[in-house]
Amino acid sequence: MVPLWVVVVLKSAIVLFIVVTTFAYAMLAERKVLAWMQLRPGPNRVGPWGLLQPAADAAKMLFKEDLTPATADPLIYRLAPWLSMITAMGVFAVIPFSETSGGLWSVGDVNAGILFIFALTSLGVYGISLAGWASGSKYPLLGSVRSTAQMISYELAMTLSVVGVLILAGTTSLAGIVHAQSTLWFVVPQFAGFGIYLITAVAETNRAPFDLVEAETELVGGFHTEYSGLRFGLFFIAEYLNMITVACIATLLFFGGWNPLFGLAAIPGIVWFVLKAGLVIFVYIWLRATLPRLRYDRLMAFGWKILLPLATLNLMVTAAIVAWKG
Amino acid sequence: MRFFSAIGALVQGFFTTFQFFFQKKPTIAYPLVKKQHAPRFHGLHELRRYADGKERCIGCELCAIACPANAITVIGAENTPEDRRSPGERYAARYEIDELRCIFCGLCEEACPTDAIVLTPRFEMSDYRRGSFIYAKDRLLVPAEAGVGTAPDERPNGIPGDLGAVSAQKSTVDVASGYGATWRGEILKTERRGLAG
Repeated sequence: MVPLWVVVVLKSAIVLFIVVTTFAYAMLAERKVLAWMQLRPGPNRVGPWGLLQPAADAAKMLFKEDLTPATADPLIYRLAPWLSMITAMGVFAVIPFSETSGGLWSVGDVNAGILFIFALTSLGVYGISLAGWASGSKYPLLGSVRSTAQMISYELAMTLSVVGVLILAGTTSLAGIVHAQSTLWFVVPQFAGFGIYLITAVAETNRAPFDLVEAETELVGGFHTEYSGLRFGLFFIAEYLNMITVACIATLLFFGGWNPLFGLAAIPGIVWFVLKAGLVIFVYIWLRATLPRLRYDRLMAFGWKILLPLATLNLMVTAAIVAWKG
Repeated sequence: MRFFSAIGALVQGFFTTFQFFFQKKPTIAYPLVKKQHAPRFHGLHELRRYADGKERCIGCELCAIACPANAITVIGAENTPEDRRSPGERYAARYEIDELRCIFCGLCEEACPTDAIVLTPRFEMSDYRRGSFIYAKDRLLVPAEAGVGTAPDERPNGIPGDLGAVSAQKSTVDVASGYGATWRGEILKTERRGLAG
């Protein structure tokens, strides 16, 4: 029998490889989709249809000069990108991608998987705020202050919108939640929760139209203004991994994970999972291509005065119905 | 009501971007596909010849006088019975255009009494050295075997077949690396004075 740690290391390596490849092509897909929505052809110079663009970008990133401002806090400045990236990658340890007779397709099957994910993604904000603070320059600081406020306000509504699903499923295990959706996806009874999750997830991942943390027009580059080269690349990776993460969670919580559609059980679950997650990612890119950035005070007002009460109401109604049905 | 109109606006916005997603992109994949130029497009210059192979330019310097950017330097010389370059008395011993100074206005073309200097539709002249933008007779004059060159009025609307061919030619004019246009013009004028007397 192979020792457990070997299995875990192998599984982690495979998942990391797949996740990083997905990141590379999610980035290309974003650039392509964004371009097509703006009537441009998008990257098409490197390889056929620009398929080697991620490799070219990575090479460029690696060879760029790595600058540290004189006023920066050297240790924290160097640590922050890794913090962002490790928390973004760590999440994939508990995400189940599919299930076959051999077992669950995940590195670890944690029975409180969703809590683990929220704990880790909440830690991710430290990467951003420390980066902004340690840069020793004003725009990054403003970006990090914004990120802290934005994350706190939207995390509340996000968690509340997810609790409705947890009540319906009666479990915090991600596999259990998917199993509970074998007949009906939670997007139907939890449509309000899904809407709130979708919106707050955009804010959580700092993507347009909620990308005030790195608002180019106001804050140069926000928290990563001073970063260059590989360290900037790490933030970049973390940002896209976060997008993939929220797409995966949306798939698991609301779209039945790897459960097949229309009873097409012949198609393997992983294909369904990838299709659903890809669709969510497409919606996020579509959102970025369509909506302009919100004003900061409106962002806060929207989070606290609309999303939070709505999420609370959704949670109470769900709880009441579940209690009433027994 | 405001809520519903806001939702309507959102839906409309998402529909618009979704439509664009499938629309044909107007971008021309430039190095691969070349855009049709207008019939009167002003590009790189060309010095034309007569059908018998003689140069049209008579070295009158009217183009250099007309040039608003002082980009043209002409030094004329007398034709001799042994060496007749042009049908007139004089010909251009040196004819240099600094394409970096040139504003492609076409006034030289209008000033020329013999229709010798014309603007072609060629436009790909990029290079790494400033000196390479001094186009002298070696690159401006239509090669004898290539015919007489096309007058602007006869030029067809379309994609020039030899785009970039001229810029690919190696310049034989010797230009110092720290080249400055005005400075070079001064040198040429000194040279002209030498020729004149």
